[in-house]
Amino acid sequence: MKTCLVVDDSSVIRKVARRILEGLEFEIVEAEDGEQALDACRRHLPDAILLDWNMPKMDGYEFLRLLRKLPGGDGPKVVFCTTENDVAHIARALHAGANEYIMKPFDKEIVEAKFQEVGLI
Amino acid sequence: MTPQDFDYLRKMLRERSGQVLSAEKQYLAESRLLPVARKHGLAGLAELVDKLKATTAAAPLTVAVIEAMTTNESFFFRDKMPFDHFRAVIMPALLAARAREKRIRIWCTACATGQEPYSLAMSLKAIGPALAGWRVEILATDLSNEVLDKAKAGIYSQFEVQRGLPIQSLVKFFTKVDEAWQIAEEIRAMVKFRPLNLLNDFSPLGTFDLVFCRNVLIYFGQDTKIGVLNRLARQMPSDGFLILGAAETVVGLTNAFKPMTDQRGIYVPNVAAAKPAPASNVLKFAAKA
Repeated sequence: MKTCLVVDDSSVIRKVARRILEGLEFEIVEAEDGEQALDACRRHLPDAILLDWNMPKMDGYEFLRLLRKLPGGDGPKVVFCTTENDVAHIARALHAGANEYIMKPFDKEIVEAKFQEVGLI
Repeated sequence: MTPQDFDYLRKMLRERSGQVLSAEKQYLAESRLLPVARKHGLAGLAELVDKLKATTAAAPLTVAVIEAMTTNESFFFRDKMPFDHFRAVIMPALLAARAREKRIRIWCTACATGQEPYSLAMSLKAIGPALAGWRVEILATDLSNEVLDKAKAGIYSQFEVQRGLPIQSLVKFFTKVDEAWQIAEEIRAMVKFRPLNLLNDFSPLGTFDLVFCRNVLIYFGQDTKIGVLNRLARQMPSDGFLILGAAETVVGLTNAFKPMTDQRGIYVPNVAAAKPAPASNVLKFAAKA
């Protein structure tokens, strides 16, 4: 079973994402901010990361930059999932090494389409 | 809605648009047509059917009913595989076969809100310099003027651009307009949109090297499916390509096409069974436009 790290400071978003991704047969690990997410990745690199942008302590952009420097850190497929939906934010995320980008609000169909797009399903 | 009124509607839809509405779809007719009745100042569905009986095929009420009963589900790069075939199989074959004319014509027969032809246009852009000096036309038709207006505007909601469109393509080809996204003028200019009823004659459109006819035959009865496929075959050269939807096939319907060997979902004219159109593109329609 593939693993997905869901990183979001909103417990509601994490719960919704968990339900959708478990339906797509992913094992879920949760983190509330970039620091927790980075610790989780140091312990075990997941196959996928669903990543919020604005979070306390360490935001999604900084997390992604540090993740890609970890040994094997270029492996996980990173899908940004955020309310920041202007072209500049999206371009910045792609430049930082994101594989896809989901604009909130989202539903199962969109998550499934994006995970298919990057070859996770 | 009375059974008699529903029967009348089913018969009218079949005759005017080819659409087959099964007996258990009465709920669908009621939910889609009540707003039409209200919009036209009618008290309910009984009055709507009475009015339909007294109007002509081209009357605004008849057109509104047909459009309301048409399913316009569409999204970018829908089903993915046809677009993979387009890039990897069909375009290389057509670039080789049309190297002298340097002209390719593509037809999306039921384009709904435009995502399919725009997906093809974006795929063509990705081919890049290999198409320098070529003229590639994309004709996109649909029965409904309402969806064609949306297609021409090329403006999609956030939800619509997230279904099937890779994020790199969103950034490259779209600009944000308030909360929506508009596809670039350079992509919109590659597609010509026209209203067309698939029950009508196709010959004024000229010939096409590639026809996308996806997820529309499923709404038609057997005879209409056969008629559409046979008339499509007459608009295609012997080395053309036909793409149908995942739930559609030519098998058991016509010998005018045959499945392409080793390429699921692609059909080619069956030269042994029919006499297809000549390879030279007759552009009566384009000349008129």
